[in-house]
Amino acid sequence: MAYKTLVGLEIHVELSTKTKIFCGCSNEFGKDANTQCCPVCLGLPGALPVLNKAVVEYAIKAGLAFNCDIATDTRMDRKNYFYPDLVKGFQISQNDIPLCSNGYIEIDTENGPKKIRIRRIHIEEDTGKSIHTESGDSLLDYNRSGVPLIEIVTEPDMNSKEEAQKFLESLKSTLQYIEVSDCKMEEGSLRCDINLNIVDDERNTKTRITEIKNLNSFSAVGKAIEYEEKRHIELLEEGKNTVRETRRWNELENKTVVMRSKEEAADYRYGTEPDIAPIKIDEKWIEEIRQNMPELPRNKKMRFIKEYNLPEYDAEVLTQSKDLSFFFEETVGLSEDPKQVSNWVMGDVLRRLNDEGIEVKDLKFTPKDLADLLKLINEGKISNNIGKKVLREMFETGKKPDDIVKEQGLVQISDESQLKEVVAKILEENEQSVIDYKNGKTRALGFLIGQVMKATKGKANPQLVNKLVTEMLEEK
Amino acid sequence: MDITSLSAVEMRDKLLSGEISCREIVKAHIDNIEKMEPEINAFITLTKEEALERADRIDEKIRNKEEVGLLAGIPVAVKDNISTKGVRTTCASKMLENYIPPYDATVVERIIEEDGIIIGKTNMDEFAMGSSTETSYFGPTRNPIDTTRVPGGSSGGSAAAVRAKEAAIALGTDTGGSIREPASFCGVVGIKPTYGLVSRYGVVPMANSLDQVGSFGRNVSDAALLLQAIAGHDPKDSTSMDLDVVDYLAHIEDGIKGMKIGVPKEYMEIEIDKSLKDKILDAINILKDLGAELVEVSLPNLKYALPDYYIISTSELSSNLSRFDGIRYGYRTENYSSLDELYKKSRSEAFGEEVKRRIMLGTYSLSKGHADEYYKKALKIRTLIKNDFDKAFEKADVLVGPTTPTLPFKIGEITDPVTMYKSDSFTVAINLAGVCALSMPCGYVDGFPVGLQMIGDRFKEINILKAAYALEKNLGGVR
Amino acid sequence: MVSKEDVYHIADLAKLDFSHEELEKFTDEFSKILEYVGQLKELDTEGVEPTYNISSKVQPLREDVVMPSLPKEEVLKNAPEEQYGYFKLPRIMD
Repeated sequence: MAYKTLVGLEIHVELSTKTKIFCGCSNEFGKDANTQCCPVCLGLPGALPVLNKAVVEYAIKAGLAFNCDIATDTRMDRKNYFYPDLVKGFQISQNDIPLCSNGYIEIDTENGPKKIRIRRIHIEEDTGKSIHTESGDSLLDYNRSGVPLIEIVTEPDMNSKEEAQKFLESLKSTLQYIEVSDCKMEEGSLRCDINLNIVDDERNTKTRITEIKNLNSFSAVGKAIEYEEKRHIELLEEGKNTVRETRRWNELENKTVVMRSKEEAADYRYGTEPDIAPIKIDEKWIEEIRQNMPELPRNKKMRFIKEYNLPEYDAEVLTQSKDLSFFFEETVGLSEDPKQVSNWVMGDVLRRLNDEGIEVKDLKFTPKDLADLLKLINEGKISNNIGKKVLREMFETGKKPDDIVKEQGLVQISDESQLKEVVAKILEENEQSVIDYKNGKTRALGFLIGQVMKATKGKANPQLVNKLVTEMLEEK
Repeated sequence: MDITSLSAVEMRDKLLSGEISCREIVKAHIDNIEKMEPEINAFITLTKEEALERADRIDEKIRNKEEVGLLAGIPVAVKDNISTKGVRTTCASKMLENYIPPYDATVVERIIEEDGIIIGKTNMDEFAMGSSTETSYFGPTRNPIDTTRVPGGSSGGSAAAVRAKEAAIALGTDTGGSIREPASFCGVVGIKPTYGLVSRYGVVPMANSLDQVGSFGRNVSDAALLLQAIAGHDPKDSTSMDLDVVDYLAHIEDGIKGMKIGVPKEYMEIEIDKSLKDKILDAINILKDLGAELVEVSLPNLKYALPDYYIISTSELSSNLSRFDGIRYGYRTENYSSLDELYKKSRSEAFGEEVKRRIMLGTYSLSKGHADEYYKKALKIRTLIKNDFDKAFEKADVLVGPTTPTLPFKIGEITDPVTMYKSDSFTVAINLAGVCALSMPCGYVDGFPVGLQMIGDRFKEINILKAAYALEKNLGGVR
Repeated sequence: MVSKEDVYHIADLAKLDFSHEELEKFTDEFSKILEYVGQLKELDTEGVEPTYNISSKVQPLREDVVMPSLPKEEVLKNAPEEQYGYFKLPRIMD
């Protein structure tokens, strides 16, 4: 049984411009209902759309980041259908000539890098939002009507849930790097639909494509793909086939459910949008945008691996966020050991950011501060553990590591004679442990070392303590 | 002095010279409205109080020797598909019977800026679909010349208001002849400017690539004055052109010596009453006498203009009218048990027959399986028609011909849709090509006016205005 | 030329309702209109570019600057029904 899964994705991304696509209403999320509307985005009779330059710019940026061709002559079209959240009874979108086409995102699979092709990226307007009350009424808020979207359509090049998820991670990270969207699936600024079917190469059959909607996270995408794969294969094994339909993912019950199945594909009666004149894009402008693109996450990841000799895992984590990668690289510039910096940034720094739910830009300390901290450790002035304590203080107060060490008297005790005194005292006070050790209970060593560290409030040089305790135990 | 019989230009002059006050001007028109409206029904909504208030403010401006605008003191009627803030804008439809826009159309803003006084919103065919103002939800408008007859459409209310001296000048919209045809039927001047000259922001669209706002006046200068006030680029309308606006009134009297006038041979081949045709030919001869040179021109694809227009305009309007769904504004049906029912009942109960017919035709033309055959084909034919005009304007400065194939017909006389559509035979091609045109009375037959249509190249309104002015002067001015 | 089923399907797309009598009359009128506009098929348009926009205008691009929105009361002014600042659509089953 040679079953192959074919997955294509259709992703809608809200652009983080200041205003909506066709009017000057604010694009901010989370405001009171119906307070960000005007005749244009309400679709009042007589209102006319005017295209936002930043929307075109952001879409071109995304197209370039994904290796697309950019159309220099394009236009907007009308997609006609009726729904309460669609104010004009048509959506201004692009049908005939998408702004970007023929691109790809490269992901890393176990068999090496793989290109997932992007068929097209086009710009369009978002609809309003409806909420349903308990009594069965619909309440409509049009703040979101007219918010700018790019729609990204891939070829069915993904063959597993892992590939789909990697694609989405890469997409999200790149879009955040070039700052065209904050890509928050929870806030709806990134939405994903799946198109899936199974091909049986042996028997030369394939199932009919299922479209899956209502996915609220990348993990839901993975679960939905798994579920559908299974469902398709089960039907094939029974000699049956799927129906071409749209299903919605039910997060609570972990399954897909048929949405109102339509007998035929909708007739959107596409026509040109006559209120928007033909769009001409200057090659020079495209070039300018290309020149001003930041280094993209995948390229940066490769560079980190090569330049700093980091393992792929480290490079992947460090480049997931642009700000984190900058923080890392700046710190490396002021330090000696990139791997050490990586461990600290990936470990303590990132963990704390995630726990507190804050961003790199909210950190109270700078890359130089971190570099200084690492210097103190590398020079033996403080131990690694003390270093972590200092870092915690830096998080809280933003004080400089040198200051913290000084204020709290955290300088490592590396004076052998001083330590010998402490060790001697501990050994004296813990006769039983000494006897245990002599009798072969090696755990007692750890205990005694711990006691020395405790007595010195953690400031003793741990390696030295280890050496001295071991030596002095031998002497007993 | 009968103020309402003055031309708009004269009203303004006398206002500025102190001979009459603005309040007097407005009051005279309100009196006329009260006298005429029961029979004519040119208005859907009157704004008498607001008009008198504005009049007082303008009188004050003049007392303080402040500068006043191009339209100072002139009562203007506005077609009811043009948005007026705080004043209901119905498009003569039950669907928008109580709709009050929260914003002004750009052309309305400009009239107010130029101190024009808006006296009311005029009747029209429902959503501008018609050639007789008979499809209005508020009843037909009657032609002031003979109240058993139609004033034309869809801007019938505006044309009648100007003819009946209820307003001095008026705004209309023209998608396939909706200014020129009523101008012809009511014996007034109506101008449809080049596509893109006047802003469409705030104008309820019928067909976005064909609509233009234009002006009515009892003479060429008055119509030109209103056009001057509203023309010019609007950043809110992406299709409005960014060009300097010509000062029409400064050049309107320049004369037409050497101007090349073309009579498209296909125009003369369309069926038309002989008495009308004779008047048109007489007018053309006068133009020749005034120094114009007659040249031969042809519009080979003219006979396809009417069906082409109906496919393109209905395709666009079927989409434009989808927003009327009873959810955010407009008529909503009372009883429904599903979303589908809400839509269908609200729309079916509130739209008239002609509107439904055209929505159906447009939907059909754009639907799967038919779009290539109808919509896309129509777009190609439009190119051919446009090219015809471009070629004709290489040889001529102005094209002339009839505006309508008949004299004004009786109310209720034409019931077959296709016959009604043929009223637009001479006018639709102009909208398809996006060029400018006007209609002016060039004579009377059996007491009814005959409209002469003058067509100019893109943004060459001054040519048709000059020619119209010269002809008008020769015919003895305003009747 | 066009059947009642066709008309019914188009009416569904356009969200319009016709009673049985209306449908009869309408189908008839509609066929006549379609026949009339159908004469366009006789014209050869091989190699002709469609006119998508009639003016020679290129789309102007607006600067990304926030402009004031309408006050909420104005937005809801013409609403057939509203509640809590939302447009209300009673009893709609999805």
